[in-house]
Amino acid sequence: MGGFLLPGLSTGWTSWLQIALYLLVLLAAAVPLGNYMARVLEGQPHLLSRAFGRLERSIYRVAGVREDDQMGWKAYALALLAFSLVGTLAVYGLQRLQGALPLNPAAMGAVPPGLAFNTAISFVSNTNWQAYSGEATMSYLTQMLGLTVQNFVSAASGIAVLVALIRGFRARQAAALGSFWVDLVRSTLYILLPFSAILALVLVASGVVQTFKPYRVVDLVEPTAIDQPVLDAAGAPVLDAAGEPVTESVPLTTQTLALGPAASQIAIKQLGTNGGGFFNANAAHPLENPSPWSNFLEMLALLLLPAALCVTFGRMVGDLRQAWALLATMTLLFVALLLPAVAAEQAGNPRLAATGVDDVAGSMQAGGNMEGKETRFGVANSALWATATTAASNGSVNAMHDSFTPIGGAVPLFLMLLGEVVFGGVGSGLYGLLIFAILAVFVAGLMVGRTPEYLGKKIEAYEMKMASLVILVPPIVVLGSTALALSTSAGRAAVFNPGAHGFSEVLYAFASMANNNGSAFGGLGANAPFYNTLGGIGMFIGRFAIMVPVLAIAGSLAAKKSIPVGAGTLPTHTPLFVTLLISTVLIVGALTFIPALALGPIVEHLLLWGIGQ
Amino acid sequence: MATLPEKRPLFDPPLVRQAVLASFAKLDPRHQVRNPVMFIVEVGSLLTTLLYVLALGGRADAPPDFILAITLWLWFTVLFANFAEAMAEGRGKAQAESLRLARRDVSAKKLAGAGRDSAVLEVAASALRKGDLVLVEAGDTVPGDGEVVDGIASVDESAITGESAPVIRESGGDFSSVTGGTRVLSDWLVVRIGANPGEAFLDRMIAMVEGAKRQKTPNEIALQILLAALTIVFLLATATLFPFARYSVDAAGQGSPISITVLVALLVCLIPTTIGGLLSAIGIAGMDRLIQANVIATSGRAVEAAGDVDVLLLDKTGTITLGNRQATEFIPVAGVDVATLADAAQLASLADETPEGRSIVVLAKERHGLREREIEALGASFVGYTAQTRMSGVDLPGRMIRKGADDTMKLFVEAQGGHFPDDARALVDRVARLGGTPLVVAEGNRVLGIVYLKDIVKGGMRERFAELRRMGIRTVMITGDNPLTAAAIAAEAGVDDFLAQATPEAKLKLIREHQAGGRLVAMTGDGTNDAPALAQADVAVAMNTGTQAAKEAGNMVDLDSNPTKLIEIVGIGKQLLMTRGALTTFSIANDVAKYFAIIPAAFAVTYPQLGALNIMGLATPQSAILSAVIFNALVIIALVPLALRGVRYRPVGADVMLRNNLLVYGLGGVVVPFLGIKLIDLALTALGLV
Repeated sequence: MGGFLLPGLSTGWTSWLQIALYLLVLLAAAVPLGNYMARVLEGQPHLLSRAFGRLERSIYRVAGVREDDQMGWKAYALALLAFSLVGTLAVYGLQRLQGALPLNPAAMGAVPPGLAFNTAISFVSNTNWQAYSGEATMSYLTQMLGLTVQNFVSAASGIAVLVALIRGFRARQAAALGSFWVDLVRSTLYILLPFSAILALVLVASGVVQTFKPYRVVDLVEPTAIDQPVLDAAGAPVLDAAGEPVTESVPLTTQTLALGPAASQIAIKQLGTNGGGFFNANAAHPLENPSPWSNFLEMLALLLLPAALCVTFGRMVGDLRQAWALLATMTLLFVALLLPAVAAEQAGNPRLAATGVDDVAGSMQAGGNMEGKETRFGVANSALWATATTAASNGSVNAMHDSFTPIGGAVPLFLMLLGEVVFGGVGSGLYGLLIFAILAVFVAGLMVGRTPEYLGKKIEAYEMKMASLVILVPPIVVLGSTALALSTSAGRAAVFNPGAHGFSEVLYAFASMANNNGSAFGGLGANAPFYNTLGGIGMFIGRFAIMVPVLAIAGSLAAKKSIPVGAGTLPTHTPLFVTLLISTVLIVGALTFIPALALGPIVEHLLLWGIGQ
Repeated sequence: MATLPEKRPLFDPPLVRQAVLASFAKLDPRHQVRNPVMFIVEVGSLLTTLLYVLALGGRADAPPDFILAITLWLWFTVLFANFAEAMAEGRGKAQAESLRLARRDVSAKKLAGAGRDSAVLEVAASALRKGDLVLVEAGDTVPGDGEVVDGIASVDESAITGESAPVIRESGGDFSSVTGGTRVLSDWLVVRIGANPGEAFLDRMIAMVEGAKRQKTPNEIALQILLAALTIVFLLATATLFPFARYSVDAAGQGSPISITVLVALLVCLIPTTIGGLLSAIGIAGMDRLIQANVIATSGRAVEAAGDVDVLLLDKTGTITLGNRQATEFIPVAGVDVATLADAAQLASLADETPEGRSIVVLAKERHGLREREIEALGASFVGYTAQTRMSGVDLPGRMIRKGADDTMKLFVEAQGGHFPDDARALVDRVARLGGTPLVVAEGNRVLGIVYLKDIVKGGMRERFAELRRMGIRTVMITGDNPLTAAAIAAEAGVDDFLAQATPEAKLKLIREHQAGGRLVAMTGDGTNDAPALAQADVAVAMNTGTQAAKEAGNMVDLDSNPTKLIEIVGIGKQLLMTRGALTTFSIANDVAKYFAIIPAAFAVTYPQLGALNIMGLATPQSAILSAVIFNALVIIALVPLALRGVRYRPVGADVMLRNNLLVYGLGGVVVPFLGIKLIDLALTALGLV
């Protein structure tokens, strides 16, 4: 048996091959896509400018936006906030009024206010935390006009903020960061819409459902029966002589299949790092993710834009070496965390093995911890998805993270706690990592005896103030909310699992919301007023209390002189700098959360394997 | 050259005694609040002190002896940080004090009017205001910094510069500035006082090494923001640990929640106390090192900027070459006798007191046997050199002899109706290509020939410029020479670029161009005509021998008046930033080991399994926590010498420097505390203290 210390040995080579293939395709696709996005965002002629150029210009005409408008950082931030506020109100209104609106074949009633508040912020903030079950709560109209629209524009907002930051690095003593409206329109029209359309068609071809028809009732392949209490005319259970309820056997021959326009939403939920599933089971649902092939495509879509945006960044600042350094940082962190996750899941559950169950990989079975996983994906693709979906701030799932081994669950949790900068959200991942780069450059830059500078811009007190805010906000929300939840009866009441795992579940929920990931660990009754309210506020702060300081940094950098590179300049494209950046991300994340992790997954792991007793 | 503030041992016993006393005085919260990191430690110490008192009263949060031990070491942490700051301050003050002695309050002869014959009023030097006129006679001490407006005198400046040879100070020109505390040896001067009391350079310097009055520099503020942010993160991580632990106790069904004492200990270990405690000491020590180099900075900002310098403008004369050019040959143009040339050159130089002028007279005597003549006897009048005419010479009855650079002389002879002969042009080019300075001599509209002035490049300059290049600093040689001469010397000295035929306007323009390109420029200067360029440069070092205007325009004054010192100043600036970066990295890297010590210990009763993280094998939970706290306090003391001396600085490229420092302070910062905490734990166990 592959012991836990070297569990990789028991993982089949095909698993590693699939993972290697995945990374290879991802990085290869990132380059042309990144180049294309750079042209789009720079407003240069590109592949689609002829096809949609007229449409783009007429949008500006109707909206009264000037294409060459230049905003300072405050105007840019104000436009972003106003746009997001309107979006929040629209999604909230749609949910509350859906009962009276069309495209509601399942006759869904109004969504309760607390849940509607949480869901509105969740989708506007690109989090897609779902305290509801899609097929039992949302009408088709709400899904399409509310949620899917936000899937597009929340991702486009992320790209816009990133582009503004890039312009800040590039500008020389200027105040202008470009126009939020133009960046929003271009990102949506030329990047998110066309790629989602292509992906949606491919997904439909591979079996994902896309229909406006109502839910269908189908015959069961294996009919079954359930015992049901007999009710009298008044609706009260009929009791027998002994006072026990009388039951009768009811045969079950049919089931209701939830349907809907799923493929179109799934494409953008993957590409836009949204993650909100059409169905409650998300990508574990056979109609959302039917086959290993669709699984591969959806996983690829999940990291594609965040990876490609690194290349876009390199193109736009005119130094591709900077892009490789950032992409290398993300990829190395990703692989370093993926390996233990796969290994831990493959190692299985020792408690189960103790009962005589054989979960060791062999010629007859893939083995490993299969609880909560789909057999069509298996251990490697479930662990890979879990790592990718939390590395990116996506949050869609193809397996239940709550059922992962402690280490397998700790990896997604830790990736979120790092601040969603390993690929991260569309736009937001890269601007997050750039803030870490500013931090790394500040400390390291001092060590070479110069005022630190990054991409030719001096990093001074104002940048440090704003960067500190960006670094501080997520831990404050995560740790503060978790502490509040564990100290109040409202918070504790929702925890279904006792012990250290219950602690992990609460920590995971707030890590997911504050970092705008949206994946759920489960095991937590999150659709309660306490979690809906606290989580809603957390998601809002986690998104906008970071975007605004990032834009402030962009504005401040734009106003600075650009310092030419010399032998005394700290190079930020070398393997040494990549090491430094990785260490900064890990150390800041680890130092902040190690005490909490020790009381959650770490102690769970030690308990499970009986270490340290 | 004597260095005035003597090198003193790092831990001078009287200074240490003073610093120990000051460490306690600095416990005043009003002082601590300036430094958020150490303020948190002090609050934590107060809290555990209170817990100890409560424990004595029977309400124990943890075993009383344990609380007492933690409390004592927390107080030591604060005191050690105070000690570091007090040591740096003490050393700075001692250095400044020895300079201040030179400024004992003397009486001054204040003049009622502008002339030296005006009525004299005896007042205390400290009562003088800017603009007052004072008379300083032989034997008097100059009462304050100022400008000579009348008179000429020899002045002993050894109190400031350590140079014992007296210097001449006179009104007008570049030698008109006097410094308070120097002594007039002969003759007299009328001095216009240039600064109100307390604003003179010495006062500014003394204020800058006194912690309380010290302005934080921009980079220090940025770093302090980062440290404050880290402190908040750790405050949050430890504060939320209390509810987490309470929940975990319920969940595990055993143990007791973490004690406040342990939480405070964890917090103090995690927040960046090492750099937080040493930060102000590092800043003050940077100033000290500057003073030791006999440089007075008028702002801390300038010292930091010195580390960022990209371009050094260096005057050729005195910095790159051995001061003065010497005449080595008279070369006549065709049709002119060499003796005629020598005669004219000598006449034009008789009253020229510049070293070049004197060397011409000497050469004429040695080679051509021409004796010195009395210029008055010849009925001649001397025409002095000015920055505008850029030539000098003599007017004799019916004769007009001039010498100067070729371009000026060409204009001169053409203005007289003559022309500049081709063979003179050829001679000029030949000498220039050899790195010499051709001085063209003309009488009326006729060019007689040239004087070959030779420049000698100082030894070792080529290596220093190569060093600077490796650090990414460009050197630009500034010279009044023509471009050919300048190019030859630039090549010989190994500078990156040169500015030939430099006028004050050209210098200013060059600085502005570099700054527009985003570069930081450093320069030295002494003359009044350097003042605009000095004011424009980011780091401007005025020579102490320079004019008051130059000193006011610059942001540093070199008491030794040594232009080469700019290179040292850049090193000091870089060292200051490096020391901060290195200790910040070290401080943060330390936290890894501290977690491994404290986390298993803190939850030993709730989750004994976490003992698996006790990879150091620390004896007991209490010894683990105490060892981490003790290590955290001791490391501050251990690093005081590094903070005071600064991280060793070598001129290498940024990538190499980063790699080395990351290995030493990053990797070292991770490894050292594992060893240190383990050793302290072994010692505590061996002594039976836990």
